[in-house]
Amino acid sequence: MGALAAPRPSLLRPGWLRPYRYFAFRYKRTWRGTVTSSILYPILYLLAMGLGLGHLVNSHLHAVDQTGRLGGVGYVQFLAPGLLVASAMQWGTNESMYPVMGGLKWLKTYHALLATPVRVRDLVSGHLAWVATRVGGASALFLAVLAVFGDVPSPLGVLAVLVAVLTGLAFAGPVAAFTATQENDAALPVLYRLGTVPLFLFSGTFFPIAQLPGWLQVVARATPLYHGVALSRALVLGRVSAPAALAHASYLVAMATLGAWAARRTFTRRLVV
Amino acid sequence: MQHAEARQEDLSASREGRGRPATRDEVVVARHLEKRFGDFVAVDGIDFSVERGEVFGFLGPNGAGKTSTMRMVSCLSPVSGGELSVLGMEPNAHGPEIRRRLGLVPQDDTLDLELSVRDNLYLYGRYFDLPRREVRQRVERLLEFAHLSEKGDEEVDNLSGGMKRRLTIARALISEPELVILDEPTTGLDPQARHLLWDRLYRLKQEGVTLVITTHYMDEAEQLCDRLVVMDKGKIVAAGSPRQLIDTYSTREVAELRFGVDENAAAAERLAELAARVEVLPDRVLLYTDDGDEALRAALGLGLRPEASLVRRSSLEDVFLRLTGRSLVD
Repeated sequence: MGALAAPRPSLLRPGWLRPYRYFAFRYKRTWRGTVTSSILYPILYLLAMGLGLGHLVNSHLHAVDQTGRLGGVGYVQFLAPGLLVASAMQWGTNESMYPVMGGLKWLKTYHALLATPVRVRDLVSGHLAWVATRVGGASALFLAVLAVFGDVPSPLGVLAVLVAVLTGLAFAGPVAAFTATQENDAALPVLYRLGTVPLFLFSGTFFPIAQLPGWLQVVARATPLYHGVALSRALVLGRVSAPAALAHASYLVAMATLGAWAARRTFTRRLVV
Repeated sequence: MQHAEARQEDLSASREGRGRPATRDEVVVARHLEKRFGDFVAVDGIDFSVERGEVFGFLGPNGAGKTSTMRMVSCLSPVSGGELSVLGMEPNAHGPEIRRRLGLVPQDDTLDLELSVRDNLYLYGRYFDLPRREVRQRVERLLEFAHLSEKGDEEVDNLSGGMKRRLTIARALISEPELVILDEPTTGLDPQARHLLWDRLYRLKQEGVTLVITTHYMDEAEQLCDRLVVMDKGKIVAAGSPRQLIDTYSTREVAELRFGVDENAAAAERLAELAARVEVLPDRVLLYTDDGDEALRAALGLGLRPEASLVRRSSLEDVFLRLTGRSLVD
């Protein structure tokens, strides 16, 4: 037996690729649904916000504020790049809640993985690499829809997909780390309600955070979504200031790295006993 | 330690007697192996070694420490104390290398219920980074081996317990491992499913695969194992071949007598003279003797009238009862 021994991981066959293949394979079962929603979601938002809310906002701004608090662009153009990143946050968070709980507890597929040469660190990297792929794909579709509607004025806007991926990872890491500490899924909806939803609403996606009271502005600036939204908006609208962009990107990279590190720790504590 | 070494010599002597080669190729060696969870000691300093090509069993009730031992041997759970060598390597340092050459059948199936039988096997093979074509060929061979060829495209959720178990075993074989660890391979299966599984395990043994099995079924251990250890409360309480254990710790035959629920103890007192040893269980009295029929006749001669009686050969169940004072499956 063992005529063909399994090869060792190498640069060309990194360890994370093994679990990644599995996650990608599973996705084949559901990809149609997710692609449809990736296209439909922005269209619905753009229609609702553009024809409905946006119209009201624009006429109001025109009346009271000639310079424009939104930076002189229409409401939809202001909203769209933020919505792209806010969606990335949700995709990143979702992928690290129930799927992770399933792997740990319900289907126990993580246990099956770890009985093979796959290590915990490969599992965590594989998971995050898969989240990056999912968020990247969905964001690219999202951006394409925005472009079709004429809401991506700058070619730099293409880079917003990268920002979305980074933002997705900045959430996917910490949330996966948290999920691995949970015995059951009771806390996951709470995390969603008290974490994701407030961030979605108050991180500068729908209105500039300058509208918030001072202390809430400080809170908003401390969260990854604010930085993702600000950077994405600067790129899509073509108004990039290099130092600010660098600061936003560094924050997101730091958060994603910290999250990955924390996930490796909590996964190890949960799975290696 | 000394006790363990003596036991070891004992075993190799008997192996030579049975015509096995004297040179030892040890696949797993444990010396004073320990597993602790906080203050709780799950495995309490055990010694054993598994030789290439044999079926080695861990027999014991739930909570005896069998699964903790299997998890350490499969490099899933860090060793807390003592020494362990698997395939010549140390698990805490070489986990992935060892697992590359080892197949694990865990107590829970850990199958992906939403994927097909074939996809479960295929993806598992890819965890070992085996080339696609090679994995596909192995999948078809293993489907046949596991008697699942017709179920290849079925979702795993729709399989029976026995089929899932066979699939889990097939999955563990996809990397063509030298050593396969099976943690309670037949728990919860009906007799027919168990026999089919046993047959597959025999075939593996014939192919030269080393098997390590835990079980709390005596008949399973007797059927499958060349050698086994009996575990209780984290310790090994006896070691040897099933035959040796029965010879050492029990008599050739057992007469079982059932009296009324409250009368077993009283009857046992009167029976004490008739057998080498008498055990009183809640529902029956066991007479350990080399001639069960004779003991039964003698009991009737005493004027005792059991509601039911039978004479049978000693089994590992009796060994376990003798060693721990408890029956194995409650």
